[in-house]
Amino acid sequence: MVVLDPAHGGADQGARGESGLAESDIVLSFARLLRISLEAQGLRVLLTRQANDDPTFDDRSKTANAQRGAVFITLHVSSTGKPGTARVYSLAQDGGPPVYRGTGPSRTVLIRWDRAQQGYLDLSRKLAELIQIQMAQRFRGSAETPTTAAVRQLRTVAAPAVAIEVSSVSLPDRTQLDKMAPVLADGVARAVAAFRLVYEAGVK
Amino acid sequence: MSRGLKTTIAILAVLVVFGLITLPSLRQAVQRISATQRTEEQARRDVMQVPVSTPTDVKVKAQMYWLSTASPASLEATAIELPLSADPVERSKQLLLALITNAPSTSQRTLPPDALLLAFYLQPDGTGVADFSDALSAETPSGIQSEQLAVDSIVRTLGANVNVIRQLKILIHGQETDTLAGHLDLSGLFSVSPPSAAAAPASPVPDAPVTTGAVKTTTTTPARAPLSPTKQVPQ
Repeated sequence: MVVLDPAHGGADQGARGESGLAESDIVLSFARLLRISLEAQGLRVLLTRQANDDPTFDDRSKTANAQRGAVFITLHVSSTGKPGTARVYSLAQDGGPPVYRGTGPSRTVLIRWDRAQQGYLDLSRKLAELIQIQMAQRFRGSAETPTTAAVRQLRTVAAPAVAIEVSSVSLPDRTQLDKMAPVLADGVARAVAAFRLVYEAGVK
Repeated sequence: MSRGLKTTIAILAVLVVFGLITLPSLRQAVQRISATQRTEEQARRDVMQVPVSTPTDVKVKAQMYWLSTASPASLEATAIELPLSADPVERSKQLLLALITNAPSTSQRTLPPDALLLAFYLQPDGTGVADFSDALSAETPSGIQSEQLAVDSIVRTLGANVNVIRQLKILIHGQETDTLAGHLDLSGLFSVSPPSAAAAPASPVPDAPVTTGAVKTTTTTPARAPLSPTKQVPQ
């Protein structure tokens, strides 16, 4: 199961370009296209929002945390950065005490909701690496390796989770972003399909 | 052509000519209003952001972290001469004010020029608390990378010049907020590297994937579990 999170929505439009491009609209289009590509790989897909509404960070996390063996991908468009590139983020280690890891025999351990991602950092990093490689191959100028950052949405997800940020809403219109969408969808779907083999072996 | 149509065309022609005559003055008026607003912002800053000056101020070369000119997706250290206090709280205020106002160019800014530092506190355990005005949140470009660079510039500038700060909490108008501008988590504490480590070239945390190539984004991680209310989730 892949949970796709088109970030922002509703009154929160996210990044806004001078030409009127809104992050919340673009990521919803990206998510719809990515859903098709993922389903073509035989994966089931859930979206955290289907329309122009704005679930809370925790509601979005809840959608993923309610699934067993889910993968969470939150989609963003930046307001800065080199246009036409994509960057993948996983959450950084928070420096707190170790947390039960998401794969293994125990099913009774409770972990703090606000640190839910800490048990999945290695898997998230692996997923980020696989996606970033695809992005670097497809979008010239994209970094070859992913980055860690304190992305709020990722912190409460109890599953492998990454953020993908495409540059940017500063473009004069949607044309370039719309051209990126199917390429991005194909790359991400391939990376998730490759990750699935690693992940399912651990979950079983 | 009917008489009514002729009249309509004549009226339209008069309106077009009138529009063309008044357009330049209208544009000038809009520009004047914009300039006035900017002046008001500057005036507000002059009133609210009083320069910090202490008896122990000594001019030193401070290491400031602004956007790199060669690679705008990363920070670079710039040495500028600043009068800095021996008191770590006053010194931190002086550094953060300089970080907001003294960027070498507008393209190298990491923080919005209208942001105000409302307060700075230092706890005995080395936890610094920087309280900024709403402008920091409202005017920082929205995005994971841009928000990360803004926080990194604060953390690394303090780390390079104030040796007693170990971690930093960022507040917006006295309140703990979820994110800086919709993406970066502000609920936790950011670890502050001591001067020797902060002066080194930008590098990610040891166990993080390394970002290579033209883009050298540095990474700042919350130093411990975020402070937001805790819930339990079954595994």
